[in-house]
Amino acid sequence: MSAIEHPASTTALDTTAPRGAWGDTLHSLSRSGTFLVGSTIVLFWIACAIFGQHFTPYDPLASDILNSLAPPSGEHWFGTDQLGRDVFSRVIVGSRDILTVAPLATLLATIAGTTLGLLTGYFRGILDEIVSRFLEAFMAIPVVIKALLIIVAIGTSKLTVIIVIGIAFTPIIARTVRSAVLAERELDYVAAAQLRHESAFHTMFVEILPNVLPPILVETTVRLGYAIFAVATLSFLGFGIQPPSPDWALSISTNYGLIGGGYWWTVLFDGFAIASVVVGVNLVADGVHGAFND
Amino acid sequence: MTDIAANALQLDNLSVAYRVGRRDRAVLRDLSFTIARGEAYGLVGESGCGKSTVALSVVRYLPRNGKVASGTISLDGQDVMRLGPEALRRTRAERVAMVYQDPGKALNPSIRIGRQLTEVFELGGLSGQAATDRALAMLNRVRISDPAGVMQRYPHQLSGGMQQRVAIAMALAKDPSTLILDEPTTGLDATVEAEVLDLIAELRRGLSASILFISHNLAVVSRMCDRVGVLYAGILVEEGPTDVVFNDPRHPYTVALLRCLPRGDQRKDQGRLDTIPGYLPSIGATIKGCAFAERCALATDLCHTTPPPLHDLGGRLARCHYHERAQELPRATPARVEFAMPPAGQSEAVLRVDGLNKTYHGHGHALRAVKDLSLDLRRGQTLGLVGESGSGKTTFARLLLGLVSPDQGGHIELDGKALAPRLGDRTDAEIKALQIVFQNPDSALNRSHSIRHLLSRALKRLAGLRGRQLQDRLDELVRSVRLTERHLVVKPRQLSGGLKQRVAIARAFAGDPRIVVCDEPTSALDVSVQAAILNLLADLQSKQDASYIFISHDLAVVRYLSDRIAVLYLGRIMELGPSEEVFAGPHHPYTEALLSAAPSLDRRENTRIRLDGEIPSAANPPGGCVFHTRCPRKVGAICETTEPPLAEAQDGHGIRCHIPYAELARLQRAGAARPARETSLPAAHPALAER
Repeated sequence: MSAIEHPASTTALDTTAPRGAWGDTLHSLSRSGTFLVGSTIVLFWIACAIFGQHFTPYDPLASDILNSLAPPSGEHWFGTDQLGRDVFSRVIVGSRDILTVAPLATLLATIAGTTLGLLTGYFRGILDEIVSRFLEAFMAIPVVIKALLIIVAIGTSKLTVIIVIGIAFTPIIARTVRSAVLAERELDYVAAAQLRHESAFHTMFVEILPNVLPPILVETTVRLGYAIFAVATLSFLGFGIQPPSPDWALSISTNYGLIGGGYWWTVLFDGFAIASVVVGVNLVADGVHGAFND
Repeated sequence: MTDIAANALQLDNLSVAYRVGRRDRAVLRDLSFTIARGEAYGLVGESGCGKSTVALSVVRYLPRNGKVASGTISLDGQDVMRLGPEALRRTRAERVAMVYQDPGKALNPSIRIGRQLTEVFELGGLSGQAATDRALAMLNRVRISDPAGVMQRYPHQLSGGMQQRVAIAMALAKDPSTLILDEPTTGLDATVEAEVLDLIAELRRGLSASILFISHNLAVVSRMCDRVGVLYAGILVEEGPTDVVFNDPRHPYTVALLRCLPRGDQRKDQGRLDTIPGYLPSIGATIKGCAFAERCALATDLCHTTPPPLHDLGGRLARCHYHERAQELPRATPARVEFAMPPAGQSEAVLRVDGLNKTYHGHGHALRAVKDLSLDLRRGQTLGLVGESGSGKTTFARLLLGLVSPDQGGHIELDGKALAPRLGDRTDAEIKALQIVFQNPDSALNRSHSIRHLLSRALKRLAGLRGRQLQDRLDELVRSVRLTERHLVVKPRQLSGGLKQRVAIARAFAGDPRIVVCDEPTSALDVSVQAAILNLLADLQSKQDASYIFISHDLAVVRYLSDRIAVLYLGRIMELGPSEEVFAGPHHPYTEALLSAAPSLDRRENTRIRLDGEIPSAANPPGGCVFHTRCPRKVGAICETTEPPLAEAQDGHGIRCHIPYAELARLQRAGAARPARETSLPAAHPALAER
């Protein structure tokens, strides 16, 4: 019977979907203007962070007291700072610390938030009630205040900043993941997993997790923008990246008192650099969001 | 409007294409048909053949990537494609009305019904009280009880049937000359569907409107339409008066489509349903010759090379080179049953359910989803569960599987041993003994996993297989549901609905289950695919000696597979007995109403038993017999005060009704509302005869 019933079954594969879900997303990303512009900006700064030190005209850390606070010129494109260090060289390599700390913090928040979101969304009930209320209370405190409190308590270092911002962003990601998991949980494949006596771990991480990756990816890229901003804020306040790093926010913090004296170049280019990274990441986030939701 | 004699709707050589991936893909190919004034024209065909595209083209609502490549559409003699924006708006507002499948989407969820309906009249130039009065009158006309109350409500406060009535009222409000109904009853229960169809039929008599009725359900179209057109791959393959086409089809596709439907007396132990081999050409495929040739057993070289003309056979059309012998189409699936069925009624019970209850608590009131349910299921047999939505069918299935916990006190026994109510307390052996095929494979199959992963995981967990053994069993399992090796590497979304459901069935059978719950497994599928899935289920059952609990709202489908039937209403069994006895009667008045509501190609009756209103809420069920509020055979006060027992009328056939069995028999024979047995009708026409 089988031979006659479906002689053409090989043609039943849907040829309109040759790429698969992720392939489709990549395809629409590659055609998204916002994503391409954003990733170009971000990739530029990443390249500067990795290879910049080989191309800077001056050593970003070398001071030249005799030539301090020189305005932009052919010799020093962006001028020099109070210690006579070349601002252009410092801006080029100034992304190094922030582009390590912020992504690692976001990664930490994503891992912790995803786990919490899966647990609360999957088990629901009393666990969800307690954890969710706790997270909401935690979210009510502004990020910078939370971070300052913890850093003041345990001292500052790059690792502390990563942990502090990671923790601060965890509840936000957990909330996003939880709502996605709540929707997935109602689908029959979860019941089917239970009817195979799968462990809760397997159901959460093997069955549900792959299906909630799109919202997680979107939330993570959005968070990365905020993380860069948060790290910059902490550094500016003196609780983030420490001297003598050529970090942008740190430079702004050191030099912003000089704006009144007309030495705008010591601050402006670092400010532009921070702004461009944040804008770049947000454009990427926009593109990713669009690709998953069109 | 100028020419009274003009057709209400006329399509001439209409070709429509969708642009996908920089290529225009043809959806409608040279489609021509006309609908005369006051005529109801049915358009049938399987999903993907372009039915809805026709509806969208007529009012120029095609999506942005769709365009009319050639041909004309004229409404009342006016070329729709040439209308300017204002004229188009007026045409849509005044002349054409559409009713879609999902009324929930047609109504604005945040505006009261009254406002939405009044607005239509205001657009027509009325204002204030006059518009409101007309709106009320319109609701009365679509037979909504308490129209004034409904005017004050929001769409979500109405049931699906009520919403569809409101949508129809809105469509009729502007007194359109053409009414387009796109699957208007597809999401509704059979009883509600029957009422809505009655309503449309009745309104038709009072209106001059012509109707374009689009449906995949041949029985519904045969009931509603004067003429019917059969679409295949965007091509009109056959057209003619409805009863002529359905009783004497002249295109092999129509012949095959009609044969796929389980008919009145067909049962799994008497033969398999016929199927249509192969698949619909994909959208935009280049078609040389006849579009159906690839799947047609009658096709010759001529069919593969030369497109057949639309032969005029005197009042009807057929696009087939061999239309005169279309009905000689050989069966694609042999009717003979390959495996002996176990003798009915003799095998031992695998499952015994006794006094099962399920109450949901929420918002201060208790909702009794399943009440005092007792039944048993024998080895190798199928128990069909029927009832409207809200009757507790799915809750019962989930109780059995342990996905929800029953109230204290009930018992479930598997092979004579008590079964823990909670899934977590069941042993691995018990778990693998009870599996399910869900209604919607998109939800049931994890979209992130490949078919190979889905099936291997089930084999690993349920059959405990590893390595080589797992591979061998996987190959066997894949073959048994008639998939091939190449289906294993893809993800579910790359498969068609029927193939996905095969994967779901394979997964349920991975651990050699004793009992498989089938929860509406074919309701999302086209009839030809449904036939193949039903055949597969019947084959697997006889090969593996599995028992089924088969839930469906389609009575013909239930009848084909079931040995016994349980009829549920508000969580209670109203009737339980051998399939043939339940269908043949005498039966419970509710069963009688369900049977009479089901549209059927074999039956043409005028009087039908109507159930008024909707199924009452399980949170607040009527006292006495729960069915008394809608019962057409209510005897008196006793029905309102005392709940009748499930009385054993005959051996193994119980009916929960105060009317004695003999009396029911007399009433239902005397009623002559419909033939007692569909099988007593004149023998099926030659096209459907077994070969």
